[in-house]
Amino acid sequence: MEERKYIPFTEEMRREYTILVPNMLPRHFKLFIKIFEHYGYRMELLETTGQKIIETGLKYVHNDTCYPAILVIGQFINALQSGKYDPAKTALILFQTGGGCRASNYIFLLRKALERAGYGDIPVISLNLSGLEKHPGFTLTVPILHRLFYAMIYGDLLLSLANQCKPYEIEAGATERLADALTAELADKMQEEGVSFRKVKENCKKMIARFAAIDRREEEKVQVGVVGEIYVKYSPLGNNGLEQFLIDEGAEVTVPGLIDFFMYCIVSNLTDYELYGLHRFRYPILKFVFRYLIRQQQAVIDLIKEDGHFRPPTPITHTMELIRDFMGFGTKMGEGWLLPAEMLELNDSGVHNVVCTQPFGCLPNHICGKGMMKPLKEKNPDLNIVAIDYDSGASKVNQENRIKLMLANARSQLEEKNRENGVTPAAEKTKIAPETAQRG
Amino acid sequence: MNQNGSARELSLGIDIGSTTAKIVLRRGEDVLYEKYERHFSQVREKAVELLRQLRPYAGEEPLAAAISGSAGLGLAQNAGIPFVQEVFATGEVVKLKEPDTSCVIELGGEDAKIIFFDGGIDERMNGTCAGGTGAFIDQMATLLNITVDELDQLSLQAGRLYPIASRCGVFAKTDIQPLLNQGARKEDVAASIYQAVVNQTIAGLAQGKKIKGKVLFLGGPLYYCKGLRKRFQETLHCTEENAVFPEYARYAVALGASYYAEKQPQTYTLNSLIKAVENAPATVSKGRLQPLFANEEEYRAFRERHAQASVKYEDLASYAGRAYLGIDCGSTTTKLVLLSENDGILYSYYASNRGNPVEIVKEQLTCLYDLMGDRVTIAGSAVTGYGEELIRHAFSVDYGLVETIAHYTAAKFFEPEVEFILDIGGQDIKCFKIRGGAIDSIMLNEACSSGCGSFLETFANAMGTTIEEFAAKGLKGKKPVDLGSRCTVFMNSSVKQSQKDGATVEDISAGLSISVVKNALYKVIRASSAEELGEKIVVQGGTFYNDAVLRAFEREIGHSVIRPVIAGLMGAYGAALYAKQCEQSTIISREALRVFKHTSKSAVCNGCTNHCRLTVNTFGDGKRFISGNQCEKGLGITAKTDPLPNLYAFKRDMLTSLPCVEGKRGTVGLPLALGMYELLPLWHGIFTHLGFTVKISPMSNRRIYEKGQFSIPSDTACYPAKIMHGHIAALIEEGVDAIFYPCLTYNMDEKMTDNHYNCPVVAYYSELLKGNVDELEQVKFLYPYLNINSKRELTKELHAYLSRFYEGIAKSEVKAAVDHGMAAYVRYMNAVREEGRRALEFARKEHRRVMILAGRPYHIDAEIGHGIDKLANSLGFVVVSEDSVFRLAEPFTVKVLNQWTYHARLYRAARYAAEHADTELVQLVSFGCGVDAITTDEVRAILEESGKYYTQIKIDEITNLGAVKIRLRSLIGALEERKENSGRA
Repeated sequence: MEERKYIPFTEEMRREYTILVPNMLPRHFKLFIKIFEHYGYRMELLETTGQKIIETGLKYVHNDTCYPAILVIGQFINALQSGKYDPAKTALILFQTGGGCRASNYIFLLRKALERAGYGDIPVISLNLSGLEKHPGFTLTVPILHRLFYAMIYGDLLLSLANQCKPYEIEAGATERLADALTAELADKMQEEGVSFRKVKENCKKMIARFAAIDRREEEKVQVGVVGEIYVKYSPLGNNGLEQFLIDEGAEVTVPGLIDFFMYCIVSNLTDYELYGLHRFRYPILKFVFRYLIRQQQAVIDLIKEDGHFRPPTPITHTMELIRDFMGFGTKMGEGWLLPAEMLELNDSGVHNVVCTQPFGCLPNHICGKGMMKPLKEKNPDLNIVAIDYDSGASKVNQENRIKLMLANARSQLEEKNRENGVTPAAEKTKIAPETAQRG
Repeated sequence: MNQNGSARELSLGIDIGSTTAKIVLRRGEDVLYEKYERHFSQVREKAVELLRQLRPYAGEEPLAAAISGSAGLGLAQNAGIPFVQEVFATGEVVKLKEPDTSCVIELGGEDAKIIFFDGGIDERMNGTCAGGTGAFIDQMATLLNITVDELDQLSLQAGRLYPIASRCGVFAKTDIQPLLNQGARKEDVAASIYQAVVNQTIAGLAQGKKIKGKVLFLGGPLYYCKGLRKRFQETLHCTEENAVFPEYARYAVALGASYYAEKQPQTYTLNSLIKAVENAPATVSKGRLQPLFANEEEYRAFRERHAQASVKYEDLASYAGRAYLGIDCGSTTTKLVLLSENDGILYSYYASNRGNPVEIVKEQLTCLYDLMGDRVTIAGSAVTGYGEELIRHAFSVDYGLVETIAHYTAAKFFEPEVEFILDIGGQDIKCFKIRGGAIDSIMLNEACSSGCGSFLETFANAMGTTIEEFAAKGLKGKKPVDLGSRCTVFMNSSVKQSQKDGATVEDISAGLSISVVKNALYKVIRASSAEELGEKIVVQGGTFYNDAVLRAFEREIGHSVIRPVIAGLMGAYGAALYAKQCEQSTIISREALRVFKHTSKSAVCNGCTNHCRLTVNTFGDGKRFISGNQCEKGLGITAKTDPLPNLYAFKRDMLTSLPCVEGKRGTVGLPLALGMYELLPLWHGIFTHLGFTVKISPMSNRRIYEKGQFSIPSDTACYPAKIMHGHIAALIEEGVDAIFYPCLTYNMDEKMTDNHYNCPVVAYYSELLKGNVDELEQVKFLYPYLNINSKRELTKELHAYLSRFYEGIAKSEVKAAVDHGMAAYVRYMNAVREEGRRALEFARKEHRRVMILAGRPYHIDAEIGHGIDKLANSLGFVVVSEDSVFRLAEPFTVKVLNQWTYHARLYRAARYAAEHADTELVQLVSFGCGVDAITTDEVRAILEESGKYYTQIKIDEITNLGAVKIRLRSLIGALEERKENSGRA
């Protein structure tokens, strides 16, 4: 069978081309880009927003394709059409997992869309760990991977700490400023200091201390976790600014980190051997990597615990224990078992309210999202989940209305709990922001 | 209670829903005043109006107040009045008024909610889908041309129920329209509409949770519609005392808001409240578009340009000679044109068919005969459209032609070199490209009528105007709202949002027109640029009478188009032109028409296990016309000739004839759905050989689906997945000991693809079943993760797994069983291939057209495939399946990641069709199949590269074959025309 043709990203291109990166997790991606720049790539994160992106996506992608594909491709083409970039000197990059979900096809849909839009000559780099495509000018070397991994650790920590500070900050904007400053500092540091886990731990420790130093109000807020399909879970463009909406509604938001998804991908590969006898030779290596990652994750957790101001993330091994009775680890398309596992993880760490985000018609989420809500809730009556579908047509008002319902339930649950624990309702009243007061 | 509240005795709740506003004023438990009114999207004005009515009751007393409802959110925010989420508000009321309630069902204008009280409060509301709500009932009443009250009255006298999809109004219409056209009783249709609402509520909202115990029914529709109550009560098997329909049903949310208000610190007086609402700033929405016309001048020029595409009219009163009659019996309207010898219009008619097209055509013919006198004779007649067959039989019309051909005939009259025709009618969008004088590709809106005329009309009515006024307003919209381009159901909520943001009716009308056009362009035609459509475009259909839509279309594609002045009559005009080839007409005579009678009754066909619900139309002369049948059997015609080869039927027969051998290890049930279809011989072989009695669930039908619909957690999953729940229920009813449906990440590796995955739904549906089907606890549910590509692995894994449930199964036994099963699977696949070869040979010998009906293995299911295979047979096609022919084409590289076993076959089957002149490919796509969003484009490209037609049929719960038939006939028409042209050339 002949090879599928694509334009490779060559060594020459590496020197001259600007690689455009779609936005998903802004701080993580900024750190990633810094690393690539250090190794001689020129990259730019697309931070564009707006209706135009959706329209462009709808124009060039089959409308029944999942929403993230429409957004990512729309964002790319919209950028190319803006005239800001020289099409002869521009390349695009997409992450590709190679799983059984439609998402593995994004890169091909992107190429087809580029062709239709008249940008058929633009190379698209597939960023993957399974060797799906080769690009001579773009190789993920061990040092790059190593740094990317630490950037992920930094990114996750920034995400988690900022989320725990922001709703309580006394000086508006203090958290964002610190997080932005840290993102810039860390990127520089990674170049200056090189990478050693000792340094990373030191930096993490300092980060925690600096966040802890932000002046915060002592009050109790409704805690809401966000899980779901990876793009709409993280990307404000995909989820209509869900995080900000929840904060405005007076909630504290918890979003599980990227490292969990990364480890989930590794577990998926491990189970391929354990269940089906596949990838026999890769297995011991991945097993080793997995154990290594677990240790690193634990080290950061320990640092947060030591400091004592913030709620630490849950080790993946524990998260896996939680889901074991509900779903097999062989469910590995899309977010697979990780999705319900994260709901349980949140519940376990005291966050009982969960928004489960998914693109409309997301296939794996029929099973892993909506399909798991009933059994999870039966065993965990405190769990308060709302499933929200995102797509180009879904109206924000409907989405917000459903989230508000979940929040109303969350508040009455919190009130009840406080009554039981003897907190007076009058004192409670002042803590909960009135639903209508603080928007816009 | 809050300390601030002690001074207040009055408490006020305002509920502003999507269509109505409700207000309740209480003093303690006494309701002083309540009011329920439509707000026609004038949210703020209506709120003020309602508040003013309270003056005699509230005076200047201090009062507590809160707003609730989906359209109330914006108002509450802007006026700084407390807001409470409406479902939450309902819960508050129930806890106070009916504390032993276990479940609340509340239907509103566009919302549907269920609240469960047993085992912790669980509240569910409809998500992005507004199907099965009050708006849906309104829409259906409009379709039947009756009021909602009349609909209710009719429903109470129903004799039978038809299956009607209610996921959204669009599907329901697709089901209802043919029923009406075929003469089904309105009483039965009315009750069926209610049943659809009930089914939607149960399947869409309850999501696996059983509705039992005391049920409280709330909301406007459930307060007003007695018939709807009846349907709910019967479907849920509620006793009288367990089904509560309280007096405050309409006010529950407002009442809840008033209770919520008491707990809020804010205190108002009526005046301060009115002032707050009046002074609330209107939020300006982010997305606004350019107006359709910059000024009057532009509009005038536009009008003049379009007036040029006209036809001549002749005076029937003075005309003498031959005339030709064209009838277009469409989905919502009936059109008639009488043509002179010189193609002039002598007479035309365009009106809603009011659910009974036969009566309309009779009236019109009578009228025509009167006007024609003896001077004019009808020399030829033709009928087209949805009601074609019925009208043709009723009035002995000469020709029946598929509507696409009728429209092309008419369009050619206005623009002989027309390249593209777009017809937007009541509920369908048809468009076709013309290449070399023949129809080159046809696109119909499948399961989606977003952006069709009836949608605009329903919307106009909801806003309290006619469609004409509504359209006229759209032309004046200064800042049209941006409503995107998607399903109309989603648009409902987008409009809701823009209303919330204070958009005017003008802006909404203009915005809707633009959406209609965007839907047609980007959803149906899927054009990426205007050049793709060509230069010479004719637009037609009733919807294009709407200048706002026409203007929006020209704007969107960037140049002007031709809209004939008879845009709405084009089908009838084309039919009349077509009838000109007739020498002597057979049409019903003046005398026969005078005594013409038409009655219809329903019956069930017992010709096969399908049990089609038939509508038998009887005409005065004793002629009968039967519709609703999925095959020819019910028509009283016994097929004497051998049926054409049909691989779908062949596969069904093979799978259902697998023997059931009594075994020593108990029974194992295999649910015949999803991935089980193709692998049935494998699993059946393995378990039979292991000594189990293997019970296979029966072929699906509607009843099987309904058996399992209670436990479906995700309503937007595909029908083949949802029907799985029914198969599990059927097996459990049969009393099996165990049920087996494995998790298969990987399907068979047919060595031609990047990977060989199953789709996520096929692969892991068992995990979902395990979590959501409570009855599975009664049996051993076996769902191991297996590797079927290695006998060794399969043996190992299966042995280990089964040993957890059964004692004494030796590994050697499993090994032998796997060998046995694999051999059975290979035999089956070879037999399918062999039969495919035989079918092709037959077709070549007999010079028959071949149709590759390409889908998934589970599309052979009689309920999922709706008998499309038999329909294709009846139209003269030899039907083969994708899996029987794909190996006849060489493997090749497609442009997308080719990583699913089933889907890879599609590409090669398409290649085979592309390489063979006598072979057409029709792709079956299940609604909600995410993977097919990728395959369809690719299959289309493969076919079109070789100049072949691409035909796609989207299937769902929809049971009507009418639309499918149009598609397939259009395909045949296009093939014939192409053949004729190439013969001439």
